[in-house]
Amino acid sequence: MIEFRNVTKRYGRTTILDDVSFTIERGQFVVLIGPSGCGKTTTLRTINRLIEPKAGTLFIDGEDVTHQNPVELRRKIGYVIQQIGLFPNMTVEQNISVVPKLLKHSRAECEAITRELLALVDMPYEENASKYPSELSGGQQQRIGVLRALAASPPIVLMDEPFGALDPVTRESLQEEVKRIQRKLKKTIVFVTHDMDEALRLADTIIFMDKGRILQMATPEEMLQNPADPLIKSFLGRHTDDEAIAAPKKAEAFMKRRVYTVHENAKTLESIERMRKREVNSLVVIDDDERFLGTVSIEAIKERGKAGHPIREYINGETLTVHRSDDAKEAFDKLLSSSENYVIVLNDDRTVAGIITRTSTAKAMGEALWGEMDA
Amino acid sequence: MRELLFATGEHLLIVALSMIVATLVGVGLGILSSWKKRLGTVIITIAEIVQTIPSLALLALLMIIFGLGNLTMGIALVLYALLPIIRNTQVALTELPPAIIDAARGMGMSRSQRLTQVEIPLAIPMIFGGIKVALVNSLSIAVMGVLIGSGGLGYIIYRGIQQRNMARILIGAIPVVVIALFFDWAMTKIEQRLSTHTT
Repeated sequence: MIEFRNVTKRYGRTTILDDVSFTIERGQFVVLIGPSGCGKTTTLRTINRLIEPKAGTLFIDGEDVTHQNPVELRRKIGYVIQQIGLFPNMTVEQNISVVPKLLKHSRAECEAITRELLALVDMPYEENASKYPSELSGGQQQRIGVLRALAASPPIVLMDEPFGALDPVTRESLQEEVKRIQRKLKKTIVFVTHDMDEALRLADTIIFMDKGRILQMATPEEMLQNPADPLIKSFLGRHTDDEAIAAPKKAEAFMKRRVYTVHENAKTLESIERMRKREVNSLVVIDDDERFLGTVSIEAIKERGKAGHPIREYINGETLTVHRSDDAKEAFDKLLSSSENYVIVLNDDRTVAGIITRTSTAKAMGEALWGEMDA
Repeated sequence: MRELLFATGEHLLIVALSMIVATLVGVGLGILSSWKKRLGTVIITIAEIVQTIPSLALLALLMIIFGLGNLTMGIALVLYALLPIIRNTQVALTELPPAIIDAARGMGMSRSQRLTQVEIPLAIPMIFGGIKVALVNSLSIAVMGVLIGSGGLGYIIYRGIQQRNMARILIGAIPVVVIALFFDWAMTKIEQRLSTHTT
């Protein structure tokens, strides 16, 4: 358990922490978040006393640590930083063994710890233990950075934007690993980030800070539902945006407007040529008034088509259709309950408005859940 | 020939002993300078001033205090060797990546543990580079030793000058050049090896 009681920190006249009080329960994953300069990193570094507060008290497990020997205190608290900070002159094993060695563990114990921890992140001991940090990728380096912090089994681990410098894919897999490790080893983790996605993904409790004060301390759910301040709301951004969460209701919101049509009098070969050019397997057949008649597939023409015949003879009249103002659910149901790959969306006058495919459905769902998506 | 070997040996011995002393003192002062900024500036300024004193003048001054002989030469060599060693040590230690120092502190290393386990190992290549410069300098400065009654290859060169014997001068001078070039080459190689695992 970590308790801040009226902690204040000033640099000259600037107040970095302004009478901050909060309690972190044992085994919690707590994320400190806020705009730059809000005091989140200072708060973190106060816990292992890399920063000494001007006033106030810090308790860890009920003990006032402001008067303990900081060097001894730090050996009981894991520490991971954004720049990783592996010691380049030491191998992976030596890096992981730093704190155990400081605590006078034997060589055999250090090796056992290294083996166990490397197994935790699927980096085989034989392959990795004797490598130097420069021989590892960024993601692997930070994995070792995390393991190094866990090596002496500290009950508390501090992480200062540990994944900020990693590419998104690596970041995500490390987030998962850390969350998994935290659950498994029941660590209390205090984690600083400025990335709300990361906070929501990892935290049991989020502490939102601004100008040295805590604006809100809540579970992710609570914060999403009741952000206590407009600033928090802006940080949450699309996560609380009502329209984004409430999925669009009408079929037209999900359709692609580009539809490849062909006139009913077009000839078979001409239609095949057009499909090939557009790289599609079927075309929407329309009449003189651009009204929807049905679709024609390449299979149908290949099976029964005769050169020079108009494609009206091969129309599939069974094509799924919905009206553009129909409930989107209807279109989805039709798609899911049939083997067709698309539903045609029609206007009032039965002209073609657009098409809903299986891909566009998935994409639309994704957007509704997680915001704008690429591709 | 025996005379040459003896003189070369003596030359190397004087330089080697001076370098050992200069390394110990220089690295020590370098560490001190990296810890205490103000004091560091004073130390380095003094070392710089010493460096600018012409060797002839420095030897004369030292001779007044310590008399004639190898010891005086050794002291002069140490004084000349200090600057590159102190400066390289100080720069190497102060320019370590802050993140690495932060990690070392945050993990609970004491100041001396940080120094011996992380900072010195990472600073070694640059400190070694300072020692190399000092050593190569010392090899040629040591020739002056003959003027204050110290041995070494300077003695052979001096005798050659007195006898106006070009061959003799060269017999004394060439080994100095060859030895200096050899150390420069060998120590550059070692320096490269040392810096493999420092970034």
